[in-house]
Parts: sequence; structure tokens; C-alpha cells
Amino acid sequence: MSSPAILVENVTVHYGEVLALDAASLTVEAARICGLVGMNGSGKSTLFKAIMGMVKPDAGRVLINGEPPAKARKRGGIGYVPQSEDVDWQFPLSVHDVVMMGRYGHQGFTRRPSRADRDAVDLALDRVELSEFANRQIGQLSGGQKKRAFVARGIAQGATMMLLDEPFAGVDKRSEATITRLLKELASDGCTILVSTHDLHALPQLCDEAVLLMRRVLMHGPPEVVLQPEHLAMAFGLDVLNRDVTGGPDLPDASGLHDLPVIPDPGLAAPGVAKHPGRN
Amino acid sequence: MDLVDLLLEPLSYDFMVRAIVTTALAAIVCAVLSCWLVLIGWSLMGDAVSHAVLPGVVLAYIVGAPFALGALVFALIAVTLIGVVRNTSRVKEDAAIGIVFTSLFALGLVLISVTPSQTDLNHIIFGNLLGVSIPDLIQVLVLGVVTFAILVLKRRDLTLYAFDPTHAHAIGLSPKRLGALLLGLLALTSVVALQTVGVVLVVAMLIIPGATAYLLTDRFSRMLVIAPVISAVCSIAGIYFSYYLDTASGAMVVLTQAAAFAVVYLFSPRQGLIGTRLAMARRRKAAALAA
Repeated sequence: MSSPAILVENVTVHYGEVLALDAASLTVEAARICGLVGMNGSGKSTLFKAIMGMVKPDAGRVLINGEPPAKARKRGGIGYVPQSEDVDWQFPLSVHDVVMMGRYGHQGFTRRPSRADRDAVDLALDRVELSEFANRQIGQLSGGQKKRAFVARGIAQGATMMLLDEPFAGVDKRSEATITRLLKELASDGCTILVSTHDLHALPQLCDEAVLLMRRVLMHGPPEVVLQPEHLAMAFGLDVLNRDVTGGPDLPDASGLHDLPVIPDPGLAAPGVAKHPGRN
Repeated sequence: MDLVDLLLEPLSYDFMVRAIVTTALAAIVCAVLSCWLVLIGWSLMGDAVSHAVLPGVVLAYIVGAPFALGALVFALIAVTLIGVVRNTSRVKEDAAIGIVFTSLFALGLVLISVTPSQTDLNHIIFGNLLGVSIPDLIQVLVLGVVTFAILVLKRRDLTLYAFDPTHAHAIGLSPKRLGALLLGLLALTSVVALQTVGVVLVVAMLIIPGATAYLLTDRFSRMLVIAPVISAVCSIAGIYFSYYLDTASGAMVVLTQAAAFAVVYLFSPRQGLIGTRLAMARRRKAAALAA
């Protein structure tokens, strides 16, 4: 048995006084799609950062395919799809330019693209069905296309693991289905996929497994089990069952950014939840 | 007198030729760098570093070291101090930048006032385009070429850093090192531009060309060509204006660049104020007709 694709062992991270992750442990086997569920401040972004080696844990360790993150990064194994609000969509780059950035780790000092690089970019664009938009400025894409452009960057990179931060935010239903299909194809090719999301509807179709995060991993198992209301209540600090919520899976959108929430500000219901200080 | 004479007459003076060469060089290097500065949102940082190098340049003058060395050291000090003030107090970044760079600039002014041979050093503040000596020109040439070469060779990494530092990190590059490289090049560029427009106005050359080019294209690779071309043309035009109008040369260069920005701001086909207003009016009219 080889080592798991992602191994997070008792990882604790502080930002100054604030505890962001508290002895979190998580194991994800290769070629699985794992959904990360938790409200703002639950440590989702911090967990991503720890896996990528962007924050140094105060305690615990992270191994990617049995190696420290730095080695995995050098190999180009880690692909990252940022949250929409972290991207400057006015940046003067074409879709092709962005996908080419996936190749930089394979290129020389000046990152001059070779034939092989161009082919990899074309293939990746073809795979996410964005070939016809290759020369568009990235901001001129729809919400779903934007996400796919960044997934294509990971494909061109040859990533064996992809981290997606809120891939369904600002994405319509049809694009959501396209992205879900695409990620499943990638997983069947052996890519390990970790998705953080507020959008709980999308999880059962997409994920093989789900993780409830509240600074620690509260629960890890099949999505249909993890997403049961009484379990979600633990992570969101809400008494979901006693609420007049008819929509079943229409569960709290913890960010308060979307129109979905039927439930009052979850922040009030979960006292002591630290605000994520990592964002600026 | 026809146009050719108008253009050729100033070139009969050696000092004008040197002024034009120096300005064009500084304009090109500054403009290339400005493309990243405006996209990252480092305009204020550009302002800060270009002012903060003053004490370094003065000290280098006093001990007879290369200006670039002093500038680099003080750019580093400035950036470190800004980081310290921001991270260890509740003062926000823009205030931290304001405090640090004005203080260092003041220190530079004090150093100038206690240094004999003040005339030379006062040129650093407002530039002395018409008094560029051969050694000055050589220094600008060497620094300019080195900075330009590094910027061009590492342009793809720097653009990645500006666009998505997290991805840079994820593929094993160091965003910290790329950021430091950009700041170091900013310090060197400031030294190049000191000679032309002086410390006070360097920031104009570090922001206006990039901002102008940004309004003209949706491709970064094109920005990297448009910005230096516009900047060089404007700067040389500025020198001619200053020659014929008998006005301050550095300031004239900046004014010419500002005029170019204003024209682009108003008339750029896609981003220009007038173009977008017209398009909006057309759409409204079409909608009204359709209704």
C-alpha cells in the first residue's frame, strides 16, 4: 500500500492569538474527491494553506504522497483553483496566458514556452471545453468558465492533486454540472481532489467523501452521512432541526455572501468562532 | 524654420543629446517596471521607495560609493521599516508607508544640507537633465540596461507573482523572492530616473506609463511594449518642449506623460471615457427603439 495522497496529522495553526486549526487530522487516498465543509473561520483556507505549505503548522505535519509539501510543489503536483474574489479579473491576461502559467514549473529560467508546453495548454483547454475562448481576456468569461480556466491550468501543470476553493460560488447550475463532470473525470484519471464549499447541494453528486471542519475535523465519511442535518448542526453551530426549514438540503450558507440562506446569521449562533484573519 | 530644423537644432548641443539619451533610457526602464506596479497596486510603494532612496544616494555620494548601492540599502531599510510598523502596530499600511518614506526623505534632505558641494545634490531632488555628465550617462546606461534585462528575462515570473502569488507558491516558486526582486529593481530604477526628473517626480515615470498602457490593451505582453514606447516618445517630446519654452525639463517630461495619459483616458477605444459613454448611449438608444 502506498502512502495516502494527502496526510494531515494533528496540524495546529495559530495566527497570532487566534487559533485557526486545532490538531486537525485528515487522510485522503489518491483519486478520491473530498469535500470540505465548514463555516467561515472553520479553518478551510488555513487547511488548504497548510497542505500547500503556505503556513507553517505550530504542531503536526503534512505529507503529500508521503513527501513534505515543498517537494510535492517542486514536482508540480499541486494544482490550485482560487476563490473568485481572490482573483483580479481585470488583469490583462488571456485564458491561454493563464493556463500557460501552469507550465512555468516545467520551463527554464525565462519560462519560454516550448512546443510541448503549447500542446499541453491546448489539450487542457480542449479538455475543459474552452478552446474557442483561448484568446479572451479572463474577465470576459462566465462564472463557470472562469473556474474551468483555472482547472485547465492545473491540468496543463500535470497536477496529481487539485485544491479548489469554493468552485461553485457564482456559478450557474449548468456550469456546476459541467465542473462536477470534469472533476470526476480527473479523479478517474488518478487526480486527488479537495474541494472547499458552502454549496451543500453540489456535494453528494460530486464527492466520494466529505469532511466537516470546525478548526478540527469533526467528521469524515460518505457525503450522505456527513451532510445529515444533525451533523451539520455541529459544524455550523446551529440547531438546524428545530428551525422552520422546509428545503431539506438547503443548508446554511455560512458566508452570508449568497442569497441562499434561510437561517439567520450563523455567526451569532456560534459564539467563540474565530474570524479568519488570514484574509486581507 | 521647418519641422526638421526644429527637431535638429537642439541636437547641435552635446548636453541636449546627453539629456535626450538619458531621458529615453530612464523612460523606457521606468515604463516597463510600471506595468507591474500598477497591476499589483504598488503605486504608493513606488512613491515610497523612490523617495526613501535619497539618504542612501547622499551617503553614497559622501563616501564615494556607487549611488545604486546606497539606494538599494535604503530601499531595503524602507521596505523593512514599513513592514515592521504595519505588522507590529495598528497603523494601516498606507499610513506606515507615508510615515517611513517622508521620514527617510527628510533625512536625505538634512544630509544634503550638511554636505558641502550642495549644488550637485540638489539636482537629485529636482533632476538636472541638462547637466548630465558623461559619467552620469554611463551610470544610467549600465543600471538601465541591467534592470531592463532582468525585467524582460523574468517578466513571466513577475507577471505570475502579480496575478496569482498562491499559484506561484503552489508550483514551487517563491513569491517572497519574486516580490523582493521587484522591489530591488524598483530601487535601481529610481536611481536611473533620479538623474532625469529627480526624486520628487520619479514616481510619475513609475506609474503613468503603465496606467496609460493598461487603458489601451487587454494583454500584458502588449502593455510591456506600449508603455515604454509611449513613455519614451513623451519624454523626448517633453525635452523639446522644455528647450523651446525654456521651462524645467524634468517637470516638462512628466507633464507630457500626463497629457498622453489624459488623451488615452478620454479616447481609448475600449476603456476611454468618451468611447464607453458613447457605447452606453448607443445601447440605451437601441433598447429604447426595441421597446
